[in-house]
Amino acid sequence: MGKYIVKRIAMGILSVFIVATLTFFLMNLVPGGPFVAEKSISKAAQEALEAKFGLDKPLLQRYTTYMTDFLQGDMGFSLRQRGRTVSDIIFSKFPVSARLAGIAVVVALCVGIPLGCVSAYNRGKLPDNFIIVLGTCGIAIPSFISSVLLLYTFGSWLQLLPTMGLNDAASYIMPVTALAIYPTAYITRLMRSSLLDVMGQDYIRTAKAMGLSSFMTLFKHALRNALLPVIAYVGPMLASLMTGSFVVEKIFTIPGLGREFVSSITNRDYTMIMGTTIILAALVIAANVLVDILYKVIDPRIKLK
Amino acid sequence: MNAKKILALALAALMVLAMAACNGNNGGNASDPANNGSSTPSGSGNDAEPTIASEFSVQIGPNPETLDPALNSAVDGGNMLVTLFETLLIIDENLEVQPGQAESYTVSEDGLTWTFTMRDGLKWSDGTDLTAKDFEYTFKRLADVNLAAPYGETVIGMVDGYQDAIGNPDKDGNMTTEPDIEKLNVKASDDGKTLTIVLSYPCSYFDKLVAFGTMSPVQQATVEANGDAWATKPETYVCNGPFMISEWTPSERIVVKKNPNYNGGWDSSRIVTETINFLLLEDSSASFAAYNSGAAVLIKDVPTEEIPSLTKVEDGGDYYVDTILGTYYVSMNDAIAPFNDINVRKALNLAIDRDYIANVIMQGTYTPAYNFVGPGVTDASGMFFDNSVAANGGKTYISEDYEANKKLAQEALAAAGYPGGEGFPTITYSTNDTGYHVAVAEYLQSCYKEVLGITMNIDRVEWASFTPLRRAGDYQMSRNGWVMDYNDASNIIELLYSTNGNNDGKYKSAAFDAAIDTSRVADQGEHFKALHEAEKIMMEDYACIPVAYYNDFWLQSPSLKGSWHSPYGYWFFQYAYVEE
Repeated sequence: MGKYIVKRIAMGILSVFIVATLTFFLMNLVPGGPFVAEKSISKAAQEALEAKFGLDKPLLQRYTTYMTDFLQGDMGFSLRQRGRTVSDIIFSKFPVSARLAGIAVVVALCVGIPLGCVSAYNRGKLPDNFIIVLGTCGIAIPSFISSVLLLYTFGSWLQLLPTMGLNDAASYIMPVTALAIYPTAYITRLMRSSLLDVMGQDYIRTAKAMGLSSFMTLFKHALRNALLPVIAYVGPMLASLMTGSFVVEKIFTIPGLGREFVSSITNRDYTMIMGTTIILAALVIAANVLVDILYKVIDPRIKLK
Repeated sequence: MNAKKILALALAALMVLAMAACNGNNGGNASDPANNGSSTPSGSGNDAEPTIASEFSVQIGPNPETLDPALNSAVDGGNMLVTLFETLLIIDENLEVQPGQAESYTVSEDGLTWTFTMRDGLKWSDGTDLTAKDFEYTFKRLADVNLAAPYGETVIGMVDGYQDAIGNPDKDGNMTTEPDIEKLNVKASDDGKTLTIVLSYPCSYFDKLVAFGTMSPVQQATVEANGDAWATKPETYVCNGPFMISEWTPSERIVVKKNPNYNGGWDSSRIVTETINFLLLEDSSASFAAYNSGAAVLIKDVPTEEIPSLTKVEDGGDYYVDTILGTYYVSMNDAIAPFNDINVRKALNLAIDRDYIANVIMQGTYTPAYNFVGPGVTDASGMFFDNSVAANGGKTYISEDYEANKKLAQEALAAAGYPGGEGFPTITYSTNDTGYHVAVAEYLQSCYKEVLGITMNIDRVEWASFTPLRRAGDYQMSRNGWVMDYNDASNIIELLYSTNGNNDGKYKSAAFDAAIDTSRVADQGEHFKALHEAEKIMMEDYACIPVAYYNDFWLQSPSLKGSWHSPYGYWFFQYAYVEE
């Protein structure tokens, strides 16, 4: 097990390195640059800017400089938000996104798993149909619609909840809801189908034949195995929620990482693109390693190699 | 005494009472805007006891990328700078240049030497003294090649010694001498009381340039101690305007509070609000919700889908549309066929219905443009636009009569050798995909097909690639637009000067260039005469296609008083207050 974890972490670091390298060269292939504006700046000013941030150097040299600096913990200055370092921006915004994502994940699990169970338990009956319709809506409605609907209803019309920021408990309600809708619906469906699948297996039938109530079989024997796919999904979901949601952050004016991620690309803010991409990649990989270990804990049959 | 008189007397007595109450509630605040004439709180309702709120919140743009005056090039940042800083001269609500940090100035006979006399007792927001030497440092900093101030050349390019200061770059941009900012001919007197600036060529609008946000003074000690980061934290953000930053949460809010050390051109007794929250909302639905819930009293980002349901202020509503100095236009690549033919350019210019574009497609948030220079731009006397129209026999250069234009367009296309569009190549229109750009492109597409029989394809280009493409002339037709930096028509007309970096249409006319050259004189009369001449030349040449003039449109609660919107695209909140 220990050996396996070390191996996975080493693989993870290699993956992050590959992602970083690919991103570095790809972003430089895209036309445009960080200092583009509707109004042209003089050529001398443009060149001075490029020299200041080392963009005048050959690509390969820039790459090695960036990587060496990065290994020493220096992600450089943002090219657009002058005077701010990439690490300052990321570390001031990441906690906001992480807090929001953490709550959303808990909400999604707490709502999604029971709903999935209820649905599977009542397969084909009214509650099942109702949950399926709800789940389909949750997956189909994009977050920019649900966010705006929430905002207009509870912020603007009923004026029950604050419309911006994360300054008190009430202000979490709308963004968390908007963020959690999709994963909740997804987990519900996943839980339902996985539970149905497990319920059809021999050992469950044996349990039933031995006279256990169907309620007991469901909770004692089926649930544990049925949770596996859900856990596999939670890892990447957590990682993607933690790096922030562009739409939700924009609509609820939350100073999180999601917007930096998207706007760094449209702004060609190279150092920010690198910083946010590396963080995202590292998170996704870390979440996956964690999930693998959790697998082992839940299902001892799984062999980690 | 009849009943009316008694009523009037009673009302007057009530108003006096209301005002007294108002003063009382202000406590230590010596002033009350009611006593200052120009912006009187209503005080008319007999139920009202207007008191002034200590703070209010507005939304005038997203998170500014930088608030360093030298580095800012965006209107969002510029709008913050007019609240946080004060330049040598300021521009008041009537668009007149007024003394700011300088109490007066003189210009030499030849228009080259400008001497500013500073006010006494000027202070930075940290309480230290501010003198002409700080301005000398600021202006020289703008010439620093390593700082790469985007507007450096625009604002101090005409100052004597500028070329030496930036190292005399050759035509490829390589320095031929060592840059030395000390060569910039800006000198503060030893007592810090006067600042002398010598220009290398006359600039009749230099007074407006020194009022531009880029020219806001920065404190040498702070900048040198903190580098670029000085402008990112409230603790190190030393300014000299009516307000100072007390809190900045990027992408959420900037909180400014009254600067106790402020001394300058704005009337301190009228600065009555303690705190202003600038909400950095980026989504127009979020702004709209904030406005409707009362969290913001003014919002700049109004969702376009809500516009039809809003009531204009003229009709008793809270929806404002006001001109800003800018023109939305279409560039044609004049250097290549078929656009190098004046008749083709004429046809493309006259075939479109500007009134329909501005008022239907753009929902009245723009104003149809029949000249290149729009309203709001001032002249030696009166407005530039009005004088252009007067000089052109009371008509705009492009007629407002669309039916007649359509006919002329078809004739012009025939004269160019493409009757009914026959034989005309398929053309491509490049645009980025925000705002009304694609809707306008689709209109042009259908209109050119219908009126001229021309097929036009639309090429949507992502923003960061769009500007370089246009600048390189790597297009046939493209969306373009310009919001002016300072209120002088040269700022927009010079876009078509053959060597201008923003001459995206690659327009080249000896007569036009000559007129621009003539305009670079100290005498205002001559300056504007030449600019009118230049505008006439480019309009008669159909050098580009003016489409619409920019406006700002916003929602403002009736409770917000004393603020104003300037055609620079800025809101001034110096004197603003909210009655509770």
